[in-house]
Amino acid sequence: MSAVPGRELRIIGFLCNWCSYGGADTAGVSRFEQPTDLRVVRVPCSGRIDPLFIVRAFLNGADGVLVSGCHPGDCHYSEGNYHARRRLELLKHLLPAAGIDPARFHYTWVSASEGAKWQQTVTDFTNRIHELGPAPAFCGASTPEDWAAVALGAANGPGCSDHGGDGK
Amino acid sequence: MRIGVFVCHCGSNIGATVDCVAVAESARMLPDVAFAADTMYACSEPGQLAIAEAIHEHGLDGVVVASCSPRMHEPTFRRAVERAGLNRYMLEMANIREHVSWVGKNKALNTNKAGELIAMAVAKLRNDRPLHSSRFDVNKRVLVIGGGVAGIQAALDCADGGMQVVLVEREQSIGGKMAKLDKTFPTIDCSSCILGPRMVDVALHPNITLYTASEVEDVSGYVGNFSVRIKRRATYVDWDKCTGCGLCMEKCPSRKSPDPFNEGVSTTTAINIPFPQAIPKKAAIDPEACLKFQKGKCGICARVCPTNAVNYKQMDTWVTEEVGAVIAATGYDLFDHTAYGEYGAGRYPDVITSMQYERLMNASGPTGGHIVRPSDGREPKRVVFVQCVGSRDPSIGRPYCSGFCCMYTAKQAILTRDHIPDSEAYVFYMDIRSPGKGYDEFTRRAQEQYGVRYVRGRVAHIYELGDRIVVRGADTLAGEQVEVEADLVVLAVGAEPSKGAPELAEKLRISYDTYGFFMEKHPKLGPVETNTAGILLAGSCQGPKDIPASVAQGSAAAAKVMALFSRDQLESDPQVASVNAARCVGCMKCVQVCPYKAISETEDRFGNPKAQVIETVCQGCGLCTATCPQGAVQLSHFTDNQILAEVTALCPPFPAESFE
Ligand code: SF4
Ligand code: SF4
Repeated sequence: MSAVPGRELRIIGFLCNWCSYGGADTAGVSRFEQPTDLRVVRVPCSGRIDPLFIVRAFLNGADGVLVSGCHPGDCHYSEGNYHARRRLELLKHLLPAAGIDPARFHYTWVSASEGAKWQQTVTDFTNRIHELGPAPAFCGASTPEDWAAVALGAANGPGCSDHGGDGK
Repeated sequence: MRIGVFVCHCGSNIGATVDCVAVAESARMLPDVAFAADTMYACSEPGQLAIAEAIHEHGLDGVVVASCSPRMHEPTFRRAVERAGLNRYMLEMANIREHVSWVGKNKALNTNKAGELIAMAVAKLRNDRPLHSSRFDVNKRVLVIGGGVAGIQAALDCADGGMQVVLVEREQSIGGKMAKLDKTFPTIDCSSCILGPRMVDVALHPNITLYTASEVEDVSGYVGNFSVRIKRRATYVDWDKCTGCGLCMEKCPSRKSPDPFNEGVSTTTAINIPFPQAIPKKAAIDPEACLKFQKGKCGICARVCPTNAVNYKQMDTWVTEEVGAVIAATGYDLFDHTAYGEYGAGRYPDVITSMQYERLMNASGPTGGHIVRPSDGREPKRVVFVQCVGSRDPSIGRPYCSGFCCMYTAKQAILTRDHIPDSEAYVFYMDIRSPGKGYDEFTRRAQEQYGVRYVRGRVAHIYELGDRIVVRGADTLAGEQVEVEADLVVLAVGAEPSKGAPELAEKLRISYDTYGFFMEKHPKLGPVETNTAGILLAGSCQGPKDIPASVAQGSAAAAKVMALFSRDQLESDPQVASVNAARCVGCMKCVQVCPYKAISETEDRFGNPKAQVIETVCQGCGLCTATCPQGAVQLSHFTDNQILAEVTALCPPFPAESFE
């Protein structure tokens, strides 16, 4: 596990109650060791996740956001994750426009029985965020040109070039 | 607001890798927290009493319990705070066991993480509002899917309890796998003698409506009020007229198709009644084999039928049944051994499956109970049984133990020696698993009393040599290679979920595991329930089970249905959506996304279109909330503000910025 011990990054996970939260529980019950950075917000369904929650987390300084729901076709509410999938895919493409490196965002599907997959997901994602380092802080970009530069920086590589946080 | 925080040690489960005292101390610093303490076992009686005491003593109006997963004990703590006079929804849990102490090794980091999870829970709780349930009527009818022994038991128990039961079976007759068996372990009871009367009871019970040759196509609704669409396959015989006399079978000229009831060891006619004790005892045409369907001529069965029941033009029909609960009892399928190239992959006629052997031993089977070799009809003198075919083998994706193969192999070996006294029986096994009542004694009897030779080791290779079959494997106890020449080899095939199980699970909105077995609510304390209220499990659809376990679970599922139906009304979950009419612009996007049709269109008094949530129908998924462009729909207990409060607790906004 390469996530640096002692120095955590802020990673938020939005997990649907039925599959992925259960999968995370299964990983716990099976004692599958994971990096500790991730904090989980439980929501009823991945379809409940408003993409704005994710944007808001990033604007507040989250270093990474992970979303996980039931496998498509296997939603407790029949089709909530199909709606989620469309929104999240779209969001991924729009994040650079807000100056957010899309590599800091990941969505996946983990069922309640897939404890090992959850362990892998958390480990991989945490490692990825540690490689990217802490997210660059937003510092009052005000003009459209500022924002464009931020967006370009995010689209071209990890993070926004202008505001380069530490760890880069 | 006055919030109390209780940090559970869960003995050493949490306490060993989280500093619970420090966590409780840090919780005291959080806004609105009036009281924080650590406790050994929050869920125990003294633990719950301590919470109640603190609520009274400190005038708390909200409680955070930091302990195990809310999926485990949220109902427990909701009841606890309710007993102490709070609204049950003024409770939040922080999962510091499954998500912290059990997965993190570093105590300092774990302690920090536990503290932050509590901060998130407190932030959410500060936005909680008391919620109140409404009531709705229960439709006291139950649907049982699957007419094997588990489904039959569940249906009969429910029906005897006064419930109206709808039993749907995919095959032409009920009875499932058990109806094909000869004898049952460990008592050597005759299978059809104990199952047959039950099958008749199903047919005659005034409270049971039986649909065979039928499948569940669609399930909608929610606990207490499901609506189920059932497809009744065309059988090309009018079952109201068919008396089951069997004349059509006698005269049918198409007699070459493999008989599925006999597992293909014999052939059958295109129009047939699957077995003499079938319930219902009605004929059906297999259009694949029927000359009338394939070639357009014949029509003999229609001519000979004394009641004019044959109807080649019959069509599929659909019925809709309204029920309040569903028991899934769809059973299992046998593993297809053609996956094993080293065992001949189905090429050798004298290497057969355990179920084929069962049919050969069965007095009402194709050979009248004479054990013969499929290749030349000779009586075999040496029979080798190979266990764990399609069980406990990760290389073919079946790492689980199928549970009953050890026992049925012992039974078949004993019966072989009974049927053919001068025969020999060998069993190749990996381990003997015989934990049931009387089971170990039974496998011992096979070895000691019947002289069945047990060889411990996996079979590596099976091949034909002249007219015999050679089974080669290792005897791991003796530490040597062994080769046994046999007349007949019986593969003890394992169990896998029945075909279409995942599709059915998706229709029922229940979870299934990697293999397709349905997932129970809790492996220990909720073995017959699912995570979807009103949907219960019985028998092998949940995992391989023998007859006693299937029957027990069938009865258990029936008991759960009766407990559910003992109330005339159920309380709805108040965690539902609601529309703020002032914000709603009437776009009806929410109506489009709601999977339950729980949102309807109304008008305000000026005639403007507005959305309205039907509370008893809403299941609380929150799809509408995330969809509404106006932020007009909010899901109680998971409002935008509550979720954002959690986010903000973890990542406070930069001081220079404000998003409000
Ligand atoms: S989506 Fe929102 S605005 Fe549109 S009808 Fe529904 S509640 Fe009203
Ligand atoms: S939360 Fe909304 S979308 Fe989900 S069931 Fe209720 S009304 Fe329908």
